[in-house]
Amino acid sequence: MFLDLTTTTLVEWSRWQFAMTAIYHYMFVPLTLGLALMLAIMETIWVKTGDQSWLNATKFWMKLFGINFAIGVATGLILEFQFGTNWSNYSWFVGDIFGAPLAIEGIIAFFLESTFVAVMFFGWNKVSKRFHLISTWMVFVGANISALWILVANAWMQNPVGMEFNPLTARNEMDDFWAILFSPTAISKFTHTVTSAYTLSACFVVGVSSWFILKKRNLEFARKSIMLASVFGLISILLTMYTGDSSAQDVTKTQPMKFAAMEGLNEGGNGVEFTVIGIPTNDPSLPTPKMKKMEYAIHVPKMLSFLGYHDFNAYIPGIQNILDGYTSQEGITYPSLEQRMANGRTAIDALKTYKQAVKDENHTLADSTLQVFKDNYSDFGYGYLSSPYDAIPHVPLVFYSFRIMVGLGMLFTLLFILALWYAKKRKFEKFKLIPYLALACVPLAYIASQCGWIVAEVGRQPWVVQDLMPTNVAVTKIASNWVITTFWMFAILFTILLIAELKIMFHQIKKGPEKD
Amino acid sequence: MLRKTWNLYYDGFRNMPQWGRTLWLIIIIKLCIMFLVFKLWLMPNYLNSHYNSAEEKSNHVFEELTTKP
Repeated sequence: MFLDLTTTTLVEWSRWQFAMTAIYHYMFVPLTLGLALMLAIMETIWVKTGDQSWLNATKFWMKLFGINFAIGVATGLILEFQFGTNWSNYSWFVGDIFGAPLAIEGIIAFFLESTFVAVMFFGWNKVSKRFHLISTWMVFVGANISALWILVANAWMQNPVGMEFNPLTARNEMDDFWAILFSPTAISKFTHTVTSAYTLSACFVVGVSSWFILKKRNLEFARKSIMLASVFGLISILLTMYTGDSSAQDVTKTQPMKFAAMEGLNEGGNGVEFTVIGIPTNDPSLPTPKMKKMEYAIHVPKMLSFLGYHDFNAYIPGIQNILDGYTSQEGITYPSLEQRMANGRTAIDALKTYKQAVKDENHTLADSTLQVFKDNYSDFGYGYLSSPYDAIPHVPLVFYSFRIMVGLGMLFTLLFILALWYAKKRKFEKFKLIPYLALACVPLAYIASQCGWIVAEVGRQPWVVQDLMPTNVAVTKIASNWVITTFWMFAILFTILLIAELKIMFHQIKKGPEKD
Repeated sequence: MLRKTWNLYYDGFRNMPQWGRTLWLIIIIKLCIMFLVFKLWLMPNYLNSHYNSAEEKSNHVFEELTTKP
């Protein structure tokens, strides 16, 4: 009913704006997270061994870290502005649950990073070696703790726990901070995101070092950097796979529609096969064009069940099963989406009646409707859907993004093994293919990283808060032209920032480290 | 201690290389655009700019939640 053209345009533009700014913001973040750790390791080696070449390496990579940090810093604030302007219903609805982690993040980021980043850059020869080293480690800790709070807030949207909705204020109120912080979704989201950021940083260091190898410059520095980054990258990519596995298991339980969309799985069952690759295509025999038929698919038998539950015969629901209702592997019965939509509408009606009953001081009616509301609150968001098919995300985008992310992850594993092997044998520069592959892996690591976010965020559509608030309810009723205008202004600002970063960074890379 | 901290920042900024100065210029311009143009002019907080009290904001969102379907 409310998905008319005007609203859809507003919702779509608001989503595009948020997606564009989030994508740009996340171009700066992962390098900060991972390079900070590599800097701390390099400086630790220098402090322990006194080897001057590690000091030079630390200073060179610190310079690139500084450029990325300076250009990227505060770009996330644009997202926060958008919450207040474009997503005001959402901002109010999520209440202090989103506000508290972001406030903690802001304070920690400000104090830890602004203090220790200054010591890290200005403190050479001004503070003791040990204090400088501690400062570098604290920059790493600060950056990663900042990421933790942002990701906890994001994880809560994917799996809302530890809160109670206050029907009088229309806000969710936090009642268990630890449940939010330690929810399996928060843990897997944080660990998977930071380990993938470490992988990206390792690709960056191996790639840039390979450029020196190809130019036959600063060879000793490049070899040392490649050795360290390959070991670091190999550990990181293995951890990324491990945490990705935990994340997949969590998604299977908490966001089964996303999991089905990742696979383009229409009909589930026990012992479901995993689609390695395929082409999602339209099929008129399917009930909605949002569901796709998988053409030219290559399958691995029972693997999807294993990925979801570490059990080759586990039950995995497909899109059609979720639409019709199903009983999960854990034995929980989920009604059809038609039923959940009816429950949601009941909750919305009860909320309205409850508020009026409180106003009229009709306590009996207030108590009974409050109970009806509470009984149906878990399906609250379904009450806003016009059709069960609205609950299906964009299958091809999620399907392909997942495969690009995983495929590139495998390529990075191969790169780190080859780079480590040939750098150790001091034959890295003899096989030109490896340095060129390493160079190509720098942009590819960013693509993999963005694909991961597309899977996470597009895959959970239509929800901004899983099962509770769809995107079209979260949006503020403002003129879509205004959103379009600010979209282009943000796009221009971020593009200028990105060009500035690349220009300054390329210039500093060309200058190279001070000496070998 | 305070003097040492002051010197750290003072000398750090004074002896900053050209690329560092360029970065600071970018940071300052960026923050000015973000706070003076976007935050104040283009991206005000909708609820704060339209409603004064928490109750008014709550009532607005309540209406949004209960009248959309």
